[in-house]
Amino acid sequence: MSATTATTTTTTTTTTTGAPVTGRLGDSPVRPDGIAKVQGSFAFSGDLSADGSLWGATLRSPHPYARIVSIDLSGAWAINGVEAVVTAEDVPGKPTYGLIDQDQPVFASEYVRYVGEPVAAVAANHPETCRRALAAIRVEYEVLEPLTDPERAADGTFPPIHPNGNVFRHQRIVRGDTEATGEVVVESDYEIGMQDQAFLGLEAALAIPDPGGEGVELYVATQWLHEDRGQIAACLDLPAEKVRLTLGGVGGAFGAREDISLQVHTCLLALRTGRPVRIAYSREESFLGHVHRHPARIWMRHHATRDGKIVKIEARIVMDGGAYASTSSAVLINAVTHMQGPYKCENAVVDGWAVRTNHLPCGAMRGFGVVQACFAHEGQMDRLAAACGLDPVEIRLRNAMETGDRLITGQVIENVAPVRECILETAALPLPDEPVGGHDGDPMRLPGGAGLTADRSHIRRGIGWGVAIKNLMYSEGFDDFSTARVTLRDGVASLKFATAEVGQGFVTLAGQIARSVLGVDDVVLEPIDTTVGSAGSTSASRQTWMSGGAVDGACRLVREQLFAHVGAQHGVDPLRLAIDGRDVVDTMGDLCVPVAQATAGLVFEDTFEHHHRPTEELDENGQGNCHTAFAFVAHRAVVDVDPELGLVKVVQIATAQDVGRALNPLSVIGQIEGGIAQGVGLAVMEEIVQIDGRVRNANFTDYLLPTFLDMPDVVATLIEHPDPMAPLGAKGVGEPPCISSTPAVVAAIRDAIGKDLTRTPVRPSDIVF
Amino acid sequence: MSVTVAHTLDEALELLAATPSATVLAGGTDLMVELNMGHRRTDAVVCVNRVGELRSWRHDPGTDTLRIGAAITYAELMDAPLAGFSPALAQAARTVGSPQIRNAATIGGNVGTASPAGDGLPVLRALDAVVHLASTAGTRDVPFAEFATGPKRTVVQPGELITGVTIPVLNGFQGYSKVGVRNAMVIATASACLAVDTNGHTVRLALGSVGPVILRAPEAETIAVQAADFEAGTIDPEAIPAFAAAAAAAARPIDDHRSTAAYRRRAIEVLSRRLLTRAFPAPTPGASS
Repeated sequence: MSATTATTTTTTTTTTTGAPVTGRLGDSPVRPDGIAKVQGSFAFSGDLSADGSLWGATLRSPHPYARIVSIDLSGAWAINGVEAVVTAEDVPGKPTYGLIDQDQPVFASEYVRYVGEPVAAVAANHPETCRRALAAIRVEYEVLEPLTDPERAADGTFPPIHPNGNVFRHQRIVRGDTEATGEVVVESDYEIGMQDQAFLGLEAALAIPDPGGEGVELYVATQWLHEDRGQIAACLDLPAEKVRLTLGGVGGAFGAREDISLQVHTCLLALRTGRPVRIAYSREESFLGHVHRHPARIWMRHHATRDGKIVKIEARIVMDGGAYASTSSAVLINAVTHMQGPYKCENAVVDGWAVRTNHLPCGAMRGFGVVQACFAHEGQMDRLAAACGLDPVEIRLRNAMETGDRLITGQVIENVAPVRECILETAALPLPDEPVGGHDGDPMRLPGGAGLTADRSHIRRGIGWGVAIKNLMYSEGFDDFSTARVTLRDGVASLKFATAEVGQGFVTLAGQIARSVLGVDDVVLEPIDTTVGSAGSTSASRQTWMSGGAVDGACRLVREQLFAHVGAQHGVDPLRLAIDGRDVVDTMGDLCVPVAQATAGLVFEDTFEHHHRPTEELDENGQGNCHTAFAFVAHRAVVDVDPELGLVKVVQIATAQDVGRALNPLSVIGQIEGGIAQGVGLAVMEEIVQIDGRVRNANFTDYLLPTFLDMPDVVATLIEHPDPMAPLGAKGVGEPPCISSTPAVVAAIRDAIGKDLTRTPVRPSDIVF
Repeated sequence: MSVTVAHTLDEALELLAATPSATVLAGGTDLMVELNMGHRRTDAVVCVNRVGELRSWRHDPGTDTLRIGAAITYAELMDAPLAGFSPALAQAARTVGSPQIRNAATIGGNVGTASPAGDGLPVLRALDAVVHLASTAGTRDVPFAEFATGPKRTVVQPGELITGVTIPVLNGFQGYSKVGVRNAMVIATASACLAVDTNGHTVRLALGSVGPVILRAPEAETIAVQAADFEAGTIDPEAIPAFAAAAAAAARPIDDHRSTAAYRRRAIEVLSRRLLTRAFPAPTPGASS
């Protein structure tokens, strides 16, 4: 049973004299899609269909690295019901795509570089026909020795497996006195395994061609409609406006939908056949078809004073990006620039590589490079604490970063930075009152759970800490703006934006913003598609800030129009007008006009683009104001461990998170609980196992996610200090919960068994042997 | 693909006789995964989960044995009254999948799939269960020890149907323990069933997921029998580590993507020791001095 209690350290109260509008900012209204999702009537992208639609399917490489000698499609064409068979030769435009470097082929042409790489696709009248058609395609491969050791990619000892070489990016950070030393020196190697986003709604899309094949309409579960559109249009050699995207129902994303997967294939097959085509991945195909969290090896050394103050950090990071670039270079930058953690540090030497191998491509996943960095720096903080004779809380308090401190990139932290408060508020949360095994000795509460492997006497309890800093929004000069259009008509606000709702709840928040700013009860959400400007990606903890800012900005523009109209009608200076509940009121007089009445028969409309402040690229020494903003979080984990069998039960996670302002407290708690579930997963069970370049557990039988029995109780405090830089005072809250929860759990296991653990996920054999 | 639903045992056997290559479907929790993953193709399916004869069980007080129909589900095995006849089988049933899986998955399916990781199988092996097979040509009983010939290979012939298993109702401790990397809904990395027959003065230990088939640990069993006082319910504590070591020695584990041979062997040692300690919680006074 997982229960969350939320408390707030600061409370914002609003005195309302007018009639209260429900579902405003600070409330936790029911999600517009919530009941449909719970009852099973919500249409996810896998539920899409159109009259006369065909099914599409993808032929994938069985080899991690091979040269394609020949492809014979005749067997597929010979099957009754097959309407299209396409390969690289049929891609009319750019043969490759990618978010940063376009190095990933729509279909492999000369080489396949990972198991699962698309080689061909078919469209047919039935999924079974598709299956037979794929089986009938004959591909002759010359199998090559795969590059599976990222170190060999980094050190240049393996021949290039791609014309762009085996290194996606190398970035060095050199700051301060590189010769500085401390009285206390601690160092270790760390390793982070490959985590899957494991969203429940599998990849699916429906493409409908325009008559004559001049364009295509795509319904797809994605994180960024406009970016998809640009890449699809380039590959199809169509003008962007001829590719129209509408968001299909998204069942989770966590970064895995930021890259192209089936988009180009589906559109190409639809254009080829002149008929609607739908593709829906299986779970196994999903594991092969999207990018994952980068596995990483990190060496780190801390120099500190005798009393535990950090003097210098040194780190070497190698991230395995797999076969294609995706966002590897940006993930690397996040890792190297966050290596100090949320701690003051003047001197640093950090070297990071993101490299190409014949493993599954890696890219965005919740935490985006910072998860890996945090696992290392938090392991180091505990070593430092032990070396200095301090406890884990004290070492972190002594080094806690504050507003005005500099990162090792030289960037000044200008945001609210309540690191100390996050740690202290977390420490103040009650430890679990239950003994090992629970109050009633329920074996389900013991490590091993239903397997009845342990008795109470076998179990040891441990406590561990993790604290994190996470950048918000995009970095390195990228202008990831967001657009919103608001129409106020007859007292009803209609909101139009392209913000991908992937489950995070922006559709709820957008309505809350409009109700608060415009004094309306009724908010209509228009379809989420590409007929309005880009919203940027639903990632990087950015949509509350960016699209929230866009909706807020558009609502304010419309409100100005409304005030101008009301002011002119009543001879009042519009500057004196305000929204109070459902009314427009004169703040210096008696005028009070209900918004519904003031807008009767009228239309006020405006569009707003929200841009964050510009950022810079890093220089060759890794110096520069590359990030937009930062959020902070602390986690304390309590675990029960069976040392003889290496089994773990995470009992409780306590957390205090810097949220700026909780615009929807229930949604914030949802993000905290969900992020912690993902962090616990990476700590004790979630890992894609690849042996010789082949995935061994591309299914939920062997890729294990935490169940209800594995999920700890969560106690949370929201640290609310509205950030002046944020449009609504609110920081993004999606990523921090999964970043330092992982090292906290691993630290708790170390504490329980008194053993060094430097790899996550921690496997039973790591504990036993 | 044809799917035929049988409602009586005779009907099921005739369907299988007519199409000996047909695949038998009961709960479908193994079969549907294999079909969906493309690991198995089949042209004909005979569905048996509505066959009354397979959906029933019977306790024979004369022989004190329990015959369990092949289509009895894990959800039924978990709870009274069946759980009372074999507590270990109930414990094993609880470790299978999710509630949804346990409502569908059957003991006959578990036996027929013959996975080394099958959760119910160490219990059947420890209890020396008998597997009942039937075809239009007649019936035959196969000792569970001889039923599986390798991973997912059995002595079942085309046209034959598993109709049930019979286990003795023993007087004495029974326990099942299973290690997986998750606290529920997980495939066994290693598992063990210990069953004590107080009347017959036997201790049976069966091991899962550590060999091509379910294994017994006869040397460990001998050590336990020699060290146990069945009337007093005690055991010489010095025998417990020897028992656990012999159990580990009986395991024939492999390295795979789920775990390592070394870990599995260690897990068997720990599970065996803990099960024996649960079976004989009170040490013999002075035995270790």
